[in-house]
Amino acid sequence: MSEPPSAWELARAFNRIALESFGGGLSAWSREVIVRERGWVTDEEFLSASTICRILPGANQVNMAVFVGMKLRGVGGAVAAVIGLCLVPMVIVLAAGAIYLQLRDNHALRNLMRGMTAAAVGLTFSVAWRQGRTLLTAPVPLLLFILSLVMAAAMRAPLWLTLLLLGPFGFAWAWRRETAS
Amino acid sequence: MSAQTLWQICAVFGAASLLSFGGGNAIVPQLQLQTVVEHQWLTAVQFADSFAIAQVAPGPSVLLVTLLGYHVAGFAGALLATVAMILPAAILVAIMSRVWTIGEHSHWHVAVERGLAPVAIGLIAASGIVIAGTVDHRPIQWVISTAATLLLSLTKLNPVLVVAGGGLLAMAWGGA
Repeated sequence: MSEPPSAWELARAFNRIALESFGGGLSAWSREVIVRERGWVTDEEFLSASTICRILPGANQVNMAVFVGMKLRGVGGAVAAVIGLCLVPMVIVLAAGAIYLQLRDNHALRNLMRGMTAAAVGLTFSVAWRQGRTLLTAPVPLLLFILSLVMAAAMRAPLWLTLLLLGPFGFAWAWRRETAS
Repeated sequence: MSAQTLWQICAVFGAASLLSFGGGNAIVPQLQLQTVVEHQWLTAVQFADSFAIAQVAPGPSVLLVTLLGYHVAGFAGALLATVAMILPAAILVAIMSRVWTIGEHSHWHVAVERGLAPVAIGLIAASGIVIAGTVDHRPIQWVISTAATLLLSLTKLNPVLVVAGGGLLAMAWGGA
């Protein structure tokens, strides 16, 4: 690759990714911009970077911005990419939050929020359904899914406990399956 | 707001940052537990509303924490919560990006991802149950939740449109 992009270019690209991937699909869209349009990383690099970003803690999209920023421009690049990804959305979210706090006793807004919350609940179930349909196809993953659901939703167990109890089981199962094949 | 509150914001979101495996909304049950149940910084309804706003806003949905921080301590809280939620995990990723060779496909990468996925899916489903279960979910809301689940599972409709549509439907319905 020739000259690496400037921090400003990185911030602008990730800002565009954030604003144009309206309604999800952030991951697919970042691939479009980072790989196809700019050619900053190859398709293969992008895929293995996404795997690493998914297995580390942190929001996947933020992790991806850190990863790409680090690769192209080191720490400064990572900072620029994350700020690009988050700054304008933060301002938008804060503006929406401030309006909400001003008007929250308004009857119509109350109903609007009730409906949006209800639909957002449906959104989480559909995400679980889409991912679960392809991944929860054996008894062990299905059991881990049910246990984590019960611990988080019914028992309200703290997350560290859920991860500590279920994570090693999941890893051991996947490891055995992986090395057997 | 006190210095103690600001410190608690750092502690709560900083810890959540390092525990947020699985992406998506897998961290939401933990955030709800900490901010609503343990610290009582905001009500379950305010949390649910913030969640809905973060879902329709552009950018990563983890910016829910910006709103949570704003509820607790205004703009300072918003900024602090966001930085605390992003920085610890980002530092880890930055270090790992130097350690791991890109393109390397080891058994244990795959095993960590596959092994954690069922737990993460459980946490994502739990986030919906926590939101619906802790606020007074009315009949019209159950109808909207069910319809949105089906629409988003079976079609490729834009989630922002579906969430906004749910809001407009409830508003048109009136005193639900």
